[in-house]
Amino acid sequence: MLRSLQIEPEKCTGCLQCEMACSYEAEGVFNPSKSRIKIFTFHEEGRFVPYTCTQCSEAWCMHACPVEAIVINKATGAKEVIDDICVGCKVCTIACPFGTVNYNQDTGTVYKCDLCGGDPECAKACPTQAITYVDSDHGGLERMRAHAAKNLPQDSAQT
Amino acid sequence: MSWTRNVLRVNLSNGSITHEPLNMQWANDYLGQRGLATKYLVEEIDPKCDALSPENKMIMTTGPLTGTMASTAGRYSVVTKSPLTGAIACSNSGGYFGNEMKNAGWDMIILEGKSPTPVYLYIENDKAELIPADDLWGKSAWETDELIHSKHQDPMLRIAVVGRAAEKGCLFSAIVNDLHRAAGRSGVGTVMASKNVKAVVLRGTKGVGGISDPAKFFKATEDGKKVLAENAVTGEGLPALGTQVLMNVINEVGALPTHNHREVQFDGASKISGEAMLEVRASDGKANLTTNGACFGCTIACQRISTVDKNHFTVKDKPQYQGNSGGLEFENAWSLGTDCGVDDLDAVTFANFLCNEDAVDPISLGATIAAAMELFEEGAITVKETGGMELKFGSAEALVWATEVTVKGEGFGLDLGMGSKRLCEKYGRPEFSMTVKGQEFPAYDPRGIQGIGLAYATSNRGACHLRGYTVASEILGIPEKTDPLVTEGKAALVKAFQDATAVVDSAGICVFTTFAWTLEDIAPQIDAACEGDWSAERCLEVGERIWNMEREFNLAAGLTAMDDTLPKRLLKDIAAKTGPAKGRVNDLGQMLPEYYQLRGWTPEGVPTDETRMRLGL
Ligand code: SF4
Ligand code: SF4
Repeated sequence: MLRSLQIEPEKCTGCLQCEMACSYEAEGVFNPSKSRIKIFTFHEEGRFVPYTCTQCSEAWCMHACPVEAIVINKATGAKEVIDDICVGCKVCTIACPFGTVNYNQDTGTVYKCDLCGGDPECAKACPTQAITYVDSDHGGLERMRAHAAKNLPQDSAQT
Repeated sequence: MSWTRNVLRVNLSNGSITHEPLNMQWANDYLGQRGLATKYLVEEIDPKCDALSPENKMIMTTGPLTGTMASTAGRYSVVTKSPLTGAIACSNSGGYFGNEMKNAGWDMIILEGKSPTPVYLYIENDKAELIPADDLWGKSAWETDELIHSKHQDPMLRIAVVGRAAEKGCLFSAIVNDLHRAAGRSGVGTVMASKNVKAVVLRGTKGVGGISDPAKFFKATEDGKKVLAENAVTGEGLPALGTQVLMNVINEVGALPTHNHREVQFDGASKISGEAMLEVRASDGKANLTTNGACFGCTIACQRISTVDKNHFTVKDKPQYQGNSGGLEFENAWSLGTDCGVDDLDAVTFANFLCNEDAVDPISLGATIAAAMELFEEGAITVKETGGMELKFGSAEALVWATEVTVKGEGFGLDLGMGSKRLCEKYGRPEFSMTVKGQEFPAYDPRGIQGIGLAYATSNRGACHLRGYTVASEILGIPEKTDPLVTEGKAALVKAFQDATAVVDSAGICVFTTFAWTLEDIAPQIDAACEGDWSAERCLEVGERIWNMEREFNLAAGLTAMDDTLPKRLLKDIAAKTGPAKGRVNDLGQMLPEYYQLRGWTPEGVPTDETRMRLGL
């Protein structure tokens, strides 16, 4: 079963535990500036919104790469960057409509979310379950359940 | 190690910027942040210096856990000599600034001297420069934040800034970072402005590493997070209601100072409580509270993000104040609301926005306005001074007016900006000032909570709840319940809280964790992150050492045991009129001698040679 990162912004508090967990897994230090998942603060609106790669099926980044440095991990479905092959041309960063592939000036290569090989650290670190790692075919399950609950008779309603 | 071991020293007088290694001997003795920076300060400045002169220094400092995955580990402190109290100042803030400083590679930034013209300090990892800020002088903290972000075209900058109040000399000016997090108390912002520094701007991309034992660290921090999540206060109360969970509780126990401490209960408390912030407004179908939020790394998330009703007189036709911003915490709701007798939630929220916008300590401001309202009632201040404003208890208009003139440093606001002590002296009624060592009281009344009276009287930075929060024990039963109306045992309780808090403030974490954590939860996290053995006992000893070092600074600055006292109003003149403490004053005299003794101080409040030796001072 493939799994995907599911993000529910309304639960996010902006604590950045996910950014620390992500950067530690990838870089060995707590470094939010190198996190593959980013939290955006919308101050006026009072909202925190996590954002990262959705692992497109027909991934723009992968198709754009001239040296085939971005490959599919069959087990997880993640599009992974092979550091040794990447030449740092940044075409993928232009191709990705969502901006989730980025260049790292320290290494001269690009980096993106690789689902931590199937056990994403951000989801484990999130204290509010704003990020969960769920069955890719049933991303909508919890929302369906919440709406289904609205049809229960008033006094027995539970969510 | 989890110190970066690097100190950035900025001499503002001659513009020189140097790097130096952290003194690791001192790090071993004082841990970090509050303790370590205070050690640097006491070694480097004359305690008798004028706090607003170039001789004073100002240190921004992180702790060894700052920037790590330990819960709440994003804190930094500002350490300096306070212009409000003449004592040591150490103000702690959350948000994202502390983490950024650590990521830029700095344990400490020391500002010394005075810049000839306004500047801001821009730091990008190892690179640091002073940039002219003439165009920013005269701007609010919020405007400055926006202008610097757009000038550098970098939305990821983290900025700590002073507002107009600090430029005009308001003695309780704060330093605000991330728009609504503040190093709030004792006028640390006034010191920064006195050095002609408008802002400190950070961009750090180095990462925080060097965890001494990663496996142990992740286990210890995971355990810690679990304790926070399962605790009723940190897992439920604070995320749902914030510190405002306390408004109704403290009112019920008769310890909510009202009308400049003339009463201990407030009829309007429930209208400005955490619960009231959740109520849906008729006008726009929204509640005051939009959501909770977290500081960097925090799994509690007590922050309030709020709006004011668009139709309320305070924001009508002012779209810039109609969006979300930092909402009310208990202390601010108390000072701006209860103490001034104002029960208009929107007005109090708006006054709090203004305090953030211009970086002013809302506790001191609200308490000073309350004193001014009493002076007005007694005729010591008249409409002549206020330019026509009826400065009456309970008036939301008066509250908002007084806040506006103070944060902008205009007219009567300059008088208010002196703080309650100097204001009441100027207008001939010093007994109206509810202060210790010149700093205004926070939201707990020493008549209804006896131990907190001793904590205020002996706090090294003047009246403060965060130097020994015995309310946890006396009201909430954490770690165990003591009777708030009893004085027996409070000396030991105050000492234990003071020493433990000094460690928490030196580690890089938030003091609110201690609703759930004891040093037994905290020490393993420090131990795994830092080299050497950090047991709970060693931590406590470091805490005691820090407390005594701060005390010695204050004594050298000219303070004495005479300053370890409370206003007469609370000791003698006005007994609690209602509630469980009815008829009581604070019995400080029954606690203070025992406290000195437990501390190993002489009856004059001076650490004995034996104590100094024991602590290695
Ligand atoms: S860990 Fe969760 S709550 Fe915290 S910032 Fe990330 S998504 Fe938001
Ligand atoms: S408990 Fe509140 S103040 Fe402390 S770090 Fe968390 S959000 Fe910030």
